[in-house]
Amino acid sequence: MEKTPANIEIIEKYCKGCHICVEFCPTKVLEMKGFVASVKNLEACIKCMQCELRCPDFAIKVS
Amino acid sequence: MAFDYDKYIRPGKLPHIWCPGCGHGIVMKGLIRAIDTLGLQKDNTAIVSGIGCASRLPGYMDFCTLHTAHGRAAAFATGVKMAKPEMNVILVGGDGDGTAIGGNHFIHACRRNIDMTYIIMNNNIYGMTGGQFSPCTPTGAKASTTVYGNPDPAFDVAKLAIGAGATFVARGTAYHATQIDKLIAEAIQHKGFSVVEILDDCPTTYGRRNKFKSVIEMMNRLKDIAVPVKAAEKMTAEQLEGKILTGVLYKEERPNYTDEYAKVIERAKK
Repeated sequence: MEKTPANIEIIEKYCKGCHICVEFCPTKVLEMKGFVASVKNLEACIKCMQCELRCPDFAIKVS
Repeated sequence: MAFDYDKYIRPGKLPHIWCPGCGHGIVMKGLIRAIDTLGLQKDNTAIVSGIGCASRLPGYMDFCTLHTAHGRAAAFATGVKMAKPEMNVILVGGDGDGTAIGGNHFIHACRRNIDMTYIIMNNNIYGMTGGQFSPCTPTGAKASTTVYGNPDPAFDVAKLAIGAGATFVARGTAYHATQIDKLIAEAIQHKGFSVVEILDDCPTTYGRRNKFKSVIEMMNRLKDIAVPVKAAEKMTAEQLEGKILTGVLYKEERPNYTDEYAKVIERAKK
């Protein structure tokens, strides 16, 4: 079965740059770009949803 | 699939006021997921809070909400529950609001076993008012009013709730995000007064003063000190030194206040 690629939406208006998503991503998909989080390596995403669950600012949506 | 939080949040209210890295947002997400799992209706659910950072939570939630006086969440919520016993009443607040200013209301709500759920976000400090020490500030920790270290021992919120008579007591942490919604959902389903303490982080007023270099360090601390109740059974007292138990800590069935009061009304009618 082919893996469907993940789609990570970061709402920059909500992101406060706390680094939680970047630090706790097990496959290092995200990085900080200035003050907000951004996607660095989408292919590595395993859709574990840890970033979405732990984002205190409702700024990440993984689908 | 991304969870649709927007369905339960008042339009235009985000971004919220909490500081970068504050765990209150994680707890709010957990509460929303728990409400979604249980299918609670917006017009049949009241979310009540006192004053404080954590108490800002109901303002974002698209439910029946009450933002009341400092520490008085339990008092107002009791009024809501007595007037409308069929309503799901959820209280939210911080450690200072719940155990100091509202300590009296808290213990008596526990004693009465009134069918409500109290979510206490314990970040060890009064964050909103400038970092004064709270009853949950650990011994030796620094706050704006204990600059040489706090001499007081801290309250164990869970033990306090059990001692006062709460019939469901659970504890989670902001780090263990998946556990939060499960604990809250179980607490809401429990018939009686249920307390869920979520250990939280306050990077702005607590972390800064207590040598935490970042939010990540505070989160990792929560990860390190939390031990699930079942795992703790196999551990020695030495291994449990400095650890905090998480999961469902206490559960019992006991007559609850709203049912008992309905009986009083029946007796008075005769």
